[in-house]
Amino acid sequence: MTTPLTANVPSGRRPRRVGIARIGIYAFLLTSAAFFLLPLWIMVTTSLKPRAEVWEGNILALPAEFTVEPWIKAWSEACTGLDCNGISVGFWNSVQILIPSLVLSILAGAVNGYALSFWRVRGANLLFGILLAGAFIPYQVFLYPLVRLFSQAGIYNSLACIVIVHVVFGMPIMTLLFRNFYASLPVELFNAARIDGGGFWTIFTHVLLPMSAPIIVVATILQVTGIWNDFIFGLTFAGRENLPMTVQLNNIVNSTQGERAYNVDMAATILTALVPLAVYFLSGRWFVRGIAAGAVKG
Amino acid sequence: MVTARSPAAASPRMLGGRADARPARWRRQLGAKLALLPLTAVVIVVYLGCMLWTVRLSFSSSKLLPVGDWAGLQQYERLFANDRFLLSAINIGIFGVLFIGGCLVFGFLLAVFIDQRVRAEGVLRTVFLFPHAMSLVVTGLAWQWFLNPTLGLQKLVRDLGFAGFTFDWIVNQQMVIYTLVIAGIWQASGLVMAILLAGLRGVDEDLWKAARVDGIPAWRVYLSIALPLIGPMVVTATVLLAVQVVKLYDLVVAMTRGGPGIASEVPAKFVMDHLFERNNIGLATAAASMMLVTVVAILAPWIYARYVRETGRRT
Repeated sequence: MTTPLTANVPSGRRPRRVGIARIGIYAFLLTSAAFFLLPLWIMVTTSLKPRAEVWEGNILALPAEFTVEPWIKAWSEACTGLDCNGISVGFWNSVQILIPSLVLSILAGAVNGYALSFWRVRGANLLFGILLAGAFIPYQVFLYPLVRLFSQAGIYNSLACIVIVHVVFGMPIMTLLFRNFYASLPVELFNAARIDGGGFWTIFTHVLLPMSAPIIVVATILQVTGIWNDFIFGLTFAGRENLPMTVQLNNIVNSTQGERAYNVDMAATILTALVPLAVYFLSGRWFVRGIAAGAVKG
Repeated sequence: MVTARSPAAASPRMLGGRADARPARWRRQLGAKLALLPLTAVVIVVYLGCMLWTVRLSFSSSKLLPVGDWAGLQQYERLFANDRFLLSAINIGIFGVLFIGGCLVFGFLLAVFIDQRVRAEGVLRTVFLFPHAMSLVVTGLAWQWFLNPTLGLQKLVRDLGFAGFTFDWIVNQQMVIYTLVIAGIWQASGLVMAILLAGLRGVDEDLWKAARVDGIPAWRVYLSIALPLIGPMVVTATVLLAVQVVKLYDLVVAMTRGGPGIASEVPAKFVMDHLFERNNIGLATAAASMMLVTVVAILAPWIYARYVRETGRRT
């Protein structure tokens, strides 16, 4: 029955035990960090090695003979089927898809969020509820009917088609973000603008939009990474001429005939990851905020 | 002006005194109503319309083209007699359990260890979360390269002197599904860490002081006190991971292409292949409907617990 005593009076052994615990904590954290960094490390080192070294050398080792040739090849010469123009084609396609999708989906989210949080339109909450639940449904459930609708409208396999798809499937999360943001603003602000005679659009453009900068940043981070990393929509709706970078990357790597050029593959892979990684490293805490807010997207 | 007059003129008795208040309110809300038209259209046409259309097609005998006949459960009978679909369902079950379990345990450990006032916390958090920023195609290709037995991990260990070392899971029909689990955990456990760490930081400081005074070891406090307190966050993380499991497609396509053979096929890929390559719309939509049912079964208890029961309690 000495437990209460030892609990009240720390014994001399305690600091050493803490020391061991500290070492254990750091050992675990550093091992985990190594696990997360390992694939990135081998991607980078492989992409900087000449072909022979990839086949003979150690996968973890730094390149003995440093070369950027695989990067140049990946960017401008890698082949998808018979086209050998490199992953740059996919890069520019992704940029073309990203910009209109980003602007339109944020705009739609902002207008929806504003209408839902300040204007009591009957039935609007029910619509919003269905929209949010829809965010959880696997895309495979919607794909075929959408393909039919788009081909009937004559825009299947086009830039317009893929942009519409991104706006539609970005709508739940964008609307949720802006609705929650506007709901956190004081309602007096809105009432004052109403008394001054502001209409629906005037209040939106003159009062609320100028205050929305923080949430627009979060929405941008979320949509840039989401749209850039999309694979299934690009594959289904973009058409041959507009295949995004992820789809082209997969075609380059997984449809090669004969001996594979792993160094070029890895360079192309890193190039594809570069935009979202840049967003991630530059945005820091904002990215985590975006994830926390966008957790519903899954 | 027509709108202002007509309701009152149509049935003045029914509307009574509110006759002129109503059109005014209606007009005031016109802007909001118009602004919500795109959302309404998306909900009705895409989220409800396309979903019902898919379910409807699954009860038809559609093959290459959609037909509107009624074939009852014929497609579902075929689906459950289809080896590839059954294997896909088993695979997604194995993947789901191990991936969700792995992410939760690993993510929780990362959150707890990072919560020990460690140095360079920001750097570590950045490292743990960065895979989440990358496309699953990128993740799949990176792991495909690393696990490739001829040049990757297996060769690395053999070159170190362990000539008998074998790690060929990615080309082994029995084991390939576990390589997908590894890549999945690599991609997603940082997210769980971020969610749970936010939860741990919200636990009342006094609880820790009280536990320390009572001489309760830290691990015990985490397991018996902190974990139940951040329960809702664990549930949220689980639901998010579960939805990702059902959607699993990009990773498989990039990493294994469903192979070797059909050993790593998953339902989402089954649907995609039957829609766009095998031209079997009936079977594909039946499989898609099964995915829908699975998601509803996962979500319904969560939505019920989180929204329905809570509002019930409040009233």
